[in-house]
Amino acid sequence: MIPAAFDYVRAHSVDDAFAALQNHGADARVLAGGQSLIPAMRFRLARPAVLVDINSAKDLDYITLDGALTIGATARDASVERAPWIGNRPWSLLHDVSRVVADPVVRQMATIVGSLCHNDPSGDWTTAALAARAEVQVRGAGGTRWVKIDDFLVDSFATAVAEGEMALAARFPVPDDRTAGSYQKVERKVGDFATAAAAVQVALNADGSVRAAGIALSAAGPCAVRVDEAERLLVGQKPSADAIRAAADAASRRSEPQGDLRGTVEYKKHLAGVLVARGLRQSLARLGVQA
Amino acid sequence: MKVNIKVNGVAYERDVEPRTLLAYFLREACALTGTHVGCDTSSCGCCVVVMDGDTAVKSCTMFAVQADGHDILTVEGLAQGGTLHPLQQAFWDKHGLQCGYCTPGMMLTSYALLKHNPDPSEADIREGLAGNLCRCTGYNNIVKAVQQAAEAIRQPAAAGK
Repeated sequence: MIPAAFDYVRAHSVDDAFAALQNHGADARVLAGGQSLIPAMRFRLARPAVLVDINSAKDLDYITLDGALTIGATARDASVERAPWIGNRPWSLLHDVSRVVADPVVRQMATIVGSLCHNDPSGDWTTAALAARAEVQVRGAGGTRWVKIDDFLVDSFATAVAEGEMALAARFPVPDDRTAGSYQKVERKVGDFATAAAAVQVALNADGSVRAAGIALSAAGPCAVRVDEAERLLVGQKPSADAIRAAADAASRRSEPQGDLRGTVEYKKHLAGVLVARGLRQSLARLGVQA
Repeated sequence: MKVNIKVNGVAYERDVEPRTLLAYFLREACALTGTHVGCDTSSCGCCVVVMDGDTAVKSCTMFAVQADGHDILTVEGLAQGGTLHPLQQAFWDKHGLQCGYCTPGMMLTSYALLKHNPDPSEADIREGLAGNLCRCTGYNNIVKAVQQAAEAIRQPAAAGK
């Protein structure tokens, strides 16, 4: 279908975009990669009166890696997928995710920040952002603030970005050398929404015990969910088959999926546990630990 | 809204509604019907074109106004002066098409893939084409065609049939 008519505003800078959003309020939506918004408009699930296109805002098109990894609002998924550092072990969670979001063509336009703002219950970046403890930079009338991803993801397709505000960037802490991760996704075919998916990131102490763990699920609730019980179970422990099983069981319990053509509730809850266990084993294997 | 989009090296200045999708701009405003519309919902890849030389985009999921001031390459722009592009020649040689509906999208996705990865493995090609569907299921010959094209582009003189 053809989308409903809208007014188009091309923003050449963050200031431009912000002024347009302040001006049009709830009627306006930001257009970045458009890979979720345009299909939603075509199905008339979204009917914004004004689109503020930020693709010409050069000050949003960046990926910087120094004290943190910071990804600007128009940086494409493919730019992360092709980043020179993405193959390094500490970034293995983002490496895995960057290769399974939608399909390779969609990833050439799609943006990470856009995925976070869209906050689809079956999103991949939202789930990874939880496990990696990312933050999102939001500009509002009172200035610019960083919002923890747990507070950013409010509900299905709803975030902490209020009317007239915009997300500028996502920031991921730089994982240390004893960190690895994994993203496990089951999908019926390339480009489909996840039947279930799990994001895992594990950091070890020098003695081999778990220093920090990030575990999150996709397609397991109104939006991506953190399995804090599994994280707590793992921290301080030496990795073991028992510890992995306990974390997987916690993930199954935490998962509250919707039954649909992709699977029943029972199946998806089971899958959440299986995928967390696989993700933990792969993360540990990447760190040279068999468990 | 006035847009000026360079398609296959030719500037097209047109007045479009902001909601006009790039695929329909190409087909209807430029009369370039080589860009096919398949699923119309960004799943099948039939409508893929290349933007600014190395970015494959599904033109059913981009507004024409977003392409204003950009360069678009469609299947009509692949051949130069009556000589087929190595991708077109390879799809011919390797029987990389059956009904042909998916072919423009397959070739343009491959064009962008080869810009970023001139020497792809078979797995790289299969992964790179994962967003393009061939309902004739002719994938094996499509992969062989992309392999031949990659070689031909890397070593123009040495590539034989």
